[in-house]
Formats: sequence, structure tokens, C-alpha cells
Amino acid sequence: MSTYETIAKLLAESKDMDVKDIRPDMGFAELELDSLDVAELVMNLEDELGVPVEIDESLRTIADLVAKVDKEK
Amino acid sequence: MKVLSFGHALPAQEIPNNKLSEFMETSDEWIRSHTGIESRYIISGDETVSSLGVRAAKMALDRAGLTVDDIDYILCATTCGEMIFPATACLIQRKLGAKCPAADVNAGCTGFIYSMDMADAMLRRGNVKHVLLVAAEQVTRLSDWADRSTSVLFGDAAGAAVCTAGDGLKSIRLTATGRPDVLYAKMDGGNCPFSEPKMKAVPLQMSGQEIFKYAVTQSCKDIRWVLEHGGMKAGDIDYYVLHQANRRILETARSRLKQPAGKFPMNITTHGNTGAAGIPALLSEMTEDGRLQTGQTLVLSAFGAGLTSGAALLQYNV
Repeated sequence: MSTYETIAKLLAESKDMDVKDIRPDMGFAELELDSLDVAELVMNLEDELGVPVEIDESLRTIADLVAKVDKEK
Repeated sequence: MKVLSFGHALPAQEIPNNKLSEFMETSDEWIRSHTGIESRYIISGDETVSSLGVRAAKMALDRAGLTVDDIDYILCATTCGEMIFPATACLIQRKLGAKCPAADVNAGCTGFIYSMDMADAMLRRGNVKHVLLVAAEQVTRLSDWADRSTSVLFGDAAGAAVCTAGDGLKSIRLTATGRPDVLYAKMDGGNCPFSEPKMKAVPLQMSGQEIFKYAVTQSCKDIRWVLEHGGMKAGDIDYYVLHQANRRILETARSRLKQPAGKFPMNITTHGNTGAAGIPALLSEMTEDGRLQTGQTLVLSAFGAGLTSGAALLQYNV
């Protein structure tokens, strides 16, 4: 499973969404995720992939998160 | 070590969320949905950190059937204290009329768990019979009231516990990871002419997302550790009493530990985050309403500035 697919699966589970409605270019604001929702998503992602991810202001979209995780892998 | 009793005290002035929206851009709905907080108590008038601590201490002493002359040591967990010095524990000692040693413990919001560990060591050594633990906080004094993301979170309170020798403390774990960048406040640099550059005072600063991650992951690790080392399973515990920092932290930790909501009591709704005082104050309130009974098994868990964390597996009053 790719990083994007893992993120989409985690988001779909936590926000009760259909994976098909999630796109890589979507911003966290568009997904109605507040700062703690993003922290929880990152935490779940760290657990799933075993990769530490530092949260910073550059993280605004799913694509940003995919790029950050893939860099850490 | 065993805990004989708990006590607590709150300031007289209650500040509901709608009082905050009168002077900052926030709303009752936003604060409730993002933090679970509806109101908090804030020290005013003649009240001080130590006067709250004294009220909590007297309640705990009364419930233990002891007087101040029975106390051999006072430890006060506090994030900022009433004064830079002397220690808030000494101010409490004076107001109580105690004559025993007294000192403060600063481990941020984990201070009460750290002081439990110190009390356990003293009681094992055997030269003290009763230790009074007080956690007294005025975090609202450290808050930046121009910062709506942090100032709405905090409240003032005190909690206390009377401890003696016993087998109630089944296991305890403390950690510290020096991270002054994610949660801190600074005092000013004074006016020494030889000390340049002068450090400026900085009110409470917090990286919310980093603290959220740390709080959930570290609390779950600590709790699993004390359960394993205390020979118990998650389902054996009557109550998980966690640092009352944010309702969402509590609920995320609970869901990861796969335990029912009824085992996670809270006072954050009405008190806000009261630092190290939150856990003993909540246990005192649970004594008052009958939820806390002799012999029940508790897991206490906290995290705070440092960063510090700690958890304790405690059988109450045994």
C-alpha cells in the first residue's frame, strides 16, 4: 500500500468518509481537519508505517504529508 | 506507600467561556468542541496559590483523621509557585502551622506523580510517618491572554494527598525528555548591570500538535508499563485518572487503551487544565461524590513541561 493509500484509509476510518472522495491535492481545511485532527492523523500514520513525522507549518495538504513521509522512509 | 486521603480547593471566581468571548475572538461553541472546557476558576482578591494549597491540605488531613502535627514532610508540586522563592511548600507550612521540612517539586503538570515517587522513597526509608503532598497551581498567571489558542485552556486549583507507609503503590514510572522548545514560559532577566543581553519574560508558549502527540503516545506507554510491572491488566483497573489537559487527549488515549468512557473520570469541563493539581483535585472530588472507594485500583498518568511524564498504579487507601 502506498503512503497516499495509507493516509486515505486512515482518514476514511477516522472521518467516516469514502476513500473515493479523498484526493491528494485536498487541504486539511477542506477536509475539515483542525490542528489536533492533523496531529492524530500523523500519530496514526507513524504507528502504521513506523516512521517519525515532525509536524510543521509546511503541512497543509495530503500531498504535503505524503512527500514528508516518503522523505523519511 | 499508601494514600490515606485526598483534598482539593478551587478559587471563588468562576469564569465561563462566554466571559472570554467578551474580550477575545473566540466562542463558547469553539472552546467546548475543541477542548471540552465549559468554564474554569481563576484566583482573585485575597486568594493565593498557597491559600488554595492550605484549603486542599486541610481537607485531606480532616479526611485522614490527622492534624498538622502528624505531618513529617510537605512537598508541593507547582509549575510556577506563588513566589520565585521561598518555596510555596514553605508558605503552606507557615499557614498550616506545621514545623516539618517543606520543599517544592517542579515537574510541570507531572509534578504530583513525581512527588508521589519522592514520598514513597521517604516513607520506605522509614524516618517519616506521614507526608503531605500538595499540588497548587495558578497557571492562568503564566498564560498569554492575547493568545486565544492557549489562554482558554487553563484554570487555577489545588489538590492534596496524605500518604503513609503501605503497599498501595504497586508500580510507578517517571520520564523526562529535555524539550524546552515545545512548552515553556520565561521570567525576565532582572536588572543586574553585568548580565547582558537581558532575557525578556515570555508567557506560556505551547506547540499544541507536538504536545498532543507526546501526551497520547507517552501516556499510553507509561500506562502499559505500570500495568505490566504491577502485574495487572487494563480491564482490572477501576479508574484511569489522567492529567486533565484537553478532552480530546483524554479520549484519544482512552480509545487507544480500548477502555470504556466511565473509567476515565474528568473535571476538565468545569475546571480547565489546572496543571499538576488536576489529578489530586479530581480524586478528591471523586471521594466527595462516592465514586472513589477504599481498595479500588487506579492508574494515574500525567505529562507536562520538561517534557516530563509519569504514571502510577495505586490501590487506594491500602
